[in-house]
Amino acid sequence: MTLVGWLQVLALFVVVLICVNPLGKFMSRLFSGERTFLTPVFGPVEKFVYSMCRIDPEAEMPWYTYLFAVLAFSFVGFAYLYILLRTQQWLPWNPQKFGPMAPDLAWNTAISFMTNTNWQFYSGENSLSYLTQMAGLAWHNFVSAAIGVSVAVAFVRGLANRNIRTLGNFWVDLTRSCLYVLLPISVLGTLLLVWQGVPQNFHAYQTVTSVEGFKQQITGGPMASQEVIKELGTNGGGFVGANSASPNENPTPFSDLFELWLLLVIAASLTNTFGRMVKDQRQGWALFTAMSIMFFIGLIVCYPQEASGNPLIHQLGVLGGNMEGKEVRFGVAASSLWAVATTATSCGAVNAMHDSFTALGGLVPMVNMQLGEIIFGGVGSGLYGKLVFVIVTVFVAGLMVGRTPEYLGKKIERKEVQLAILYIIVTPAVVLIPAAIAVLIPAGLATLGNSGPHGFSEILYAFSSANANNGSAFGGLGPNLFYNVSIGIGMLAGRYLEIIPLLALAGVLAHKRAVAESAGTFTTYSPIFVTLLIATIFIIGALVFVPADALGPVAEHLNILQGKVY
Amino acid sequence: MANVEQIKDTTIKHLWTSIVFTVLSVIVLGLIYPFVMTGIAQVLFPWQANGSMIYVDGKPIGSAIIGQLWTKPQYFQGRPSAAGKGYDPTQTGGTNLAPSSKKLIAAARATIGLLERENPGATYPGCAAPCAPPMDLVTSSGSGIDPDISPEAAYWQAARVAKARGLALAAVDALIAQHVQGRTLGFLGEPRVNVLELNLALDTLNRAR
Repeated sequence: MTLVGWLQVLALFVVVLICVNPLGKFMSRLFSGERTFLTPVFGPVEKFVYSMCRIDPEAEMPWYTYLFAVLAFSFVGFAYLYILLRTQQWLPWNPQKFGPMAPDLAWNTAISFMTNTNWQFYSGENSLSYLTQMAGLAWHNFVSAAIGVSVAVAFVRGLANRNIRTLGNFWVDLTRSCLYVLLPISVLGTLLLVWQGVPQNFHAYQTVTSVEGFKQQITGGPMASQEVIKELGTNGGGFVGANSASPNENPTPFSDLFELWLLLVIAASLTNTFGRMVKDQRQGWALFTAMSIMFFIGLIVCYPQEASGNPLIHQLGVLGGNMEGKEVRFGVAASSLWAVATTATSCGAVNAMHDSFTALGGLVPMVNMQLGEIIFGGVGSGLYGKLVFVIVTVFVAGLMVGRTPEYLGKKIERKEVQLAILYIIVTPAVVLIPAAIAVLIPAGLATLGNSGPHGFSEILYAFSSANANNGSAFGGLGPNLFYNVSIGIGMLAGRYLEIIPLLALAGVLAHKRAVAESAGTFTTYSPIFVTLLIATIFIIGALVFVPADALGPVAEHLNILQGKVY
Repeated sequence: MANVEQIKDTTIKHLWTSIVFTVLSVIVLGLIYPFVMTGIAQVLFPWQANGSMIYVDGKPIGSAIIGQLWTKPQYFQGRPSAAGKGYDPTQTGGTNLAPSSKKLIAAARATIGLLERENPGATYPGCAAPCAPPMDLVTSSGSGIDPDISPEAAYWQAARVAKARGLALAAVDALIAQHVQGRTLGFLGEPRVNVLELNLALDTLNRAR
């Protein structure tokens, strides 16, 4: 560990922090239907979209209509991408003449992008046309992120609304997220990334003869415009297989910091949007504080592990941090920071190969995902996931003092807690059950990249990532029919089995009457509450995952200390 | 029955909206956005947008941001690569080997042996000779096309390169020093040397003699 390394962490935290208030305020105005400085630019486009799609922007939706719109749009997006992946060989902008993707892989990929996961069982640079990349994957990067923001905003309305049954209009929230938030930042971000060296072109790969006479194909394509929304929308599916470790996607330490900012900024700012929409900004800052503390806890474990390196390599006389799977321009510090950030959010882009992290260094991204993507989390999904844990925490606090718990003036009763638990139980069910099945059948073991405890870690990581809609991988695990299908199901469940109880919960909360604050009301922005919230999250996560994690990364760590290899 | 009709109407309405919204947003976000950005990028930053190509005698010999395979003693070598047969930009990725992997340790041992045979008695500033190769020369990068090595890894190879080219070690060391890129803004990333640029500078140096 070095001081310079921590300085990078601090720099990232500061550039995110200074955006939380202005971007949070902007989104709060936007989703409350107020004028913003971008209204003159996008207002006419918005109206055009509404008229073409026959959307009545004034029509308010109850929770089940909102949910239905989310599901209908997701399904159409899924079908569209599946068809595109299967027919790209006949469509334009395919200079490398790539053929269609195999059906099970296309199914997996289409679900992966629909659910904001971006799990990569394919490598874009040798299988996807430019059209598929930009109009298929990058398009999903926009809209799946916008769906997340919309659902989060609907849930916040449920908390803020008093005695009303509606949560807003999905189509309006979706359109505004895309046009006013994601698109403008992407436009500016693309230029910054191209300036740093990310390609943005449409020509075929250029074959060159290297200095020593080897043939090399220099890859191209509309990379920068996709890279920026990949991070901003916490999607994470790279244009190329190596993702942001590739110098094509992430050429310099500066582009690295900028991409880290992109993947954190919306999720962090939404806490402020939430605070403003419930008319108590302290509530938003409490969430932001809890998220930041959990972020640093992960880094305090991961960074020293990577910096101290692999003792088995040290025994060969080569000293230093763990550089296997890492790039020289980033080094250990920026790679550890990225691993924590990409799994604290649901981004899942990588700038180093997590599979080759030290045992405990690799445990951190895994735990981050298993906690349910609530340390900032995905755009939108992080906020609503966190709020579900807040409700559980309020309930636990209520039990301790023996009174009916309240949150933001709403009584938290049986129905609310049931729905919150239904949400939380998805994670263990969707991670542990398929992981157990995978270790019991030959197909589950056939494509492992490593053996011993680390082989199990690869399986556990895959299902943790699928459920969390993260998309990062212990990349040694290869695709086969079993994993294409089971991870596809995991991603679906992780997204929609959570959104369904969540929107139901929003509906229940929305038409509750407000109760007056009293001396006995538990303040939900105090340091005590933040501590309790973090403890609740860790306790639930630990109760569920400690045994499984002990069999994977922890066992591997202990074995390495004894010099045992597999 | 009215209720059933109502549900049917809502279903059709939202499916219709989904389809039209998909078409419109694909046009705006999936086509217009990348094409317009390409147009602007090609005007503002044409060199980067087209892959940061490097030309020698009018011929493209590679990209400044993508590493190449180096095997000859007179050139500085890059890191081990898991991308295809080595430094293949169409097969990017790392080894994905675990820290407890037998293969990883065996590969590292083999690489160290080879490097030490090729660079007998090699050293770098801050290390008393002979010293083992720096970590980055022994481990594979994440992308398999890492264009850089650490300054230590460059100095460690300097004696071999100087000997193969008939240059003074001091001249090669000075060239490395010129090509060390420090941390961005003094604290971002790590110091590094772009192998392709360093090797091209070596060729230029030799030609000047």
